[in-house]
Amino acid sequence: MSSLALSFELAGCVAAILLAIGTPVAYWLAYSNWRGKFLLESIVALPLVLPPTVLGFYALLAMGPRGPLGRLWMALFGHGLAFTFSGLVIASVAYSFPFAVQPLIASFEAVDRKLLHASAVLGAGKWRTFRRIILPLSLPGVVTALVLSFAHTLGEFGVVLMVGGNLAGVTRTVSIDIYDRVQSIEYRAANHLALLLLGISFAVLCLVYAVNRCVWAPAWARWTVK
Amino acid sequence: MNPSVLAVDIRKQHRGQTSFVLDVSLEVSPGITILFGPSGAGKSTLLDCIAGLVRPDAGKISIGESVLFDSTMHFDVPPQKRRIAYVFQSLALFPHLTVEKNIEYGLRDIPEEDRRACVSEILEDFRIEKLKNQKPAQISGGERQRAALARSLVTAPRVLLLDEPLTGLDAELKAAIVEDLRAWNAAKRIPILYVTHSRDEVDALGERVIAVDNGRIVGHGAPMDVLDAPRRKRLAQAAGFENLLSAVVLGLREADGVMRVRLGDSRCEIEVPLAHASPGDRGQIAIRAGDILLASERPRGLSARNILEGRIASLEQRGGMCVARVDCGVTFVAHVTPGAVRELELAPEKQVWLVLKTHSCHLVD
Repeated sequence: MSSLALSFELAGCVAAILLAIGTPVAYWLAYSNWRGKFLLESIVALPLVLPPTVLGFYALLAMGPRGPLGRLWMALFGHGLAFTFSGLVIASVAYSFPFAVQPLIASFEAVDRKLLHASAVLGAGKWRTFRRIILPLSLPGVVTALVLSFAHTLGEFGVVLMVGGNLAGVTRTVSIDIYDRVQSIEYRAANHLALLLLGISFAVLCLVYAVNRCVWAPAWARWTVK
Repeated sequence: MNPSVLAVDIRKQHRGQTSFVLDVSLEVSPGITILFGPSGAGKSTLLDCIAGLVRPDAGKISIGESVLFDSTMHFDVPPQKRRIAYVFQSLALFPHLTVEKNIEYGLRDIPEEDRRACVSEILEDFRIEKLKNQKPAQISGGERQRAALARSLVTAPRVLLLDEPLTGLDAELKAAIVEDLRAWNAAKRIPILYVTHSRDEVDALGERVIAVDNGRIVGHGAPMDVLDAPRRKRLAQAAGFENLLSAVVLGLREADGVMRVRLGDSRCEIEVPLAHASPGDRGQIAIRAGDILLASERPRGLSARNILEGRIASLEQRGGMCVARVDCGVTFVAHVTPGAVRELELAPEKQVWLVLKTHSCHLVD
């Protein structure tokens, strides 16, 4: 069952990292007036259209012993990046980036600009306005970003295969494990894992949508009625 | 110069729109100054520039000796450092915070104890103490307006900007809030710029009026002088002159301070106050519907100089009053009470006489 635990660990790490780096990126994309903004927007959305193998291929090159990331990692930690859990996390962060950033942008943009003006006029700088006004009012978007990046990482296959290889307990995630078992005609074991993943994914999504709808949504509606 | 006078001299062209340019120069001394004008005149843009939310293309903004914006020095104080309070038309109360937390929001560099004292004092001043734990969506419109005012005023601002803060309230509630604002202003005396369309609010609040139209200041002074003698057509419509009639000057009687004009293409002739004009000049005459008297018989022994005969074209009840359209060759709109309609037995096609005081007729450019 360690492949399942590994998948969850990976998805958890990726979701947490994405929230940390996705939030400032989303803030900038939502509020900047820079004319070249479309460039960054395109880069952020790239993983949505690229086949995972393309992304995985370049990630592997970058992380290899002669790639820039691989060499940096070697210098910092004394070992390579390819076929390690850390390498998997980095590639997954890139791959799931739009799934975290786009809901954040949407929810930041949905905050009434007049509230931001009111906050500024009342003496609050950008950071205080973000902390006290934008973030609390974007809570549903933050939850959506977390869940989507978690779920998307849980289900990824191509990038993991390219970057992680297939090392039991290190990079063999549940989706790869299932594929392995199907290849070796262990249909029963594959089915157990697949069912388990299906059940858990569904339960997580149900939980989040329910929470978003029943707890936050009415509160949201209550706040926004004039 | 008085240390707290707000001085503004700015130019701002709307992005992507070459036709509209805000180009104003004004000084606002402590007390309430009404900014009056039709929508789209540039009133809100002016307030946004003063608050620092919109950067003017050129000019200078200062409060007393303290400069907030100066384009020649590339100097621009950000809104959070200007200490200017701004109450938006939408109020912009923070929906996720209680009334108390909303009011506390602008107070943070002072000790907890003083902050509590400030908040409870202003809650009491604006009579919203009972609502302090409610969220904005849970309270009524008038209470929200009070909360938004309190939130702005508690910060001890140097200037207060109000953008139609009392829109949509009934007259009684409006009067009560206006009274609270007057009381607060009597104690603090800071420059207050109050944007409104409403004549009632002007009459209740205004010490001075600045009339804005199409990005320019077109009049300033006491409310009576600015609004009762509108020299521009759009301003006249905004100020509630229902009758705007084209007129030709027939002759001047300078000794009496009046001149005779003919209205439209009709044979209607009336006397209006003397203006710089000569016979043959064309202009517009603005008359409030409420300033026109209706009589069912030809009136006698009146001081009013203008008595016109006509027929009622239509009669329409609107709220607590009736709007009568009377055809005298040109059509006048007059407001009468339902009681008067009954007593005079007013009905379409009935013959009536209109009575207009000379000084109720205003010449517009």
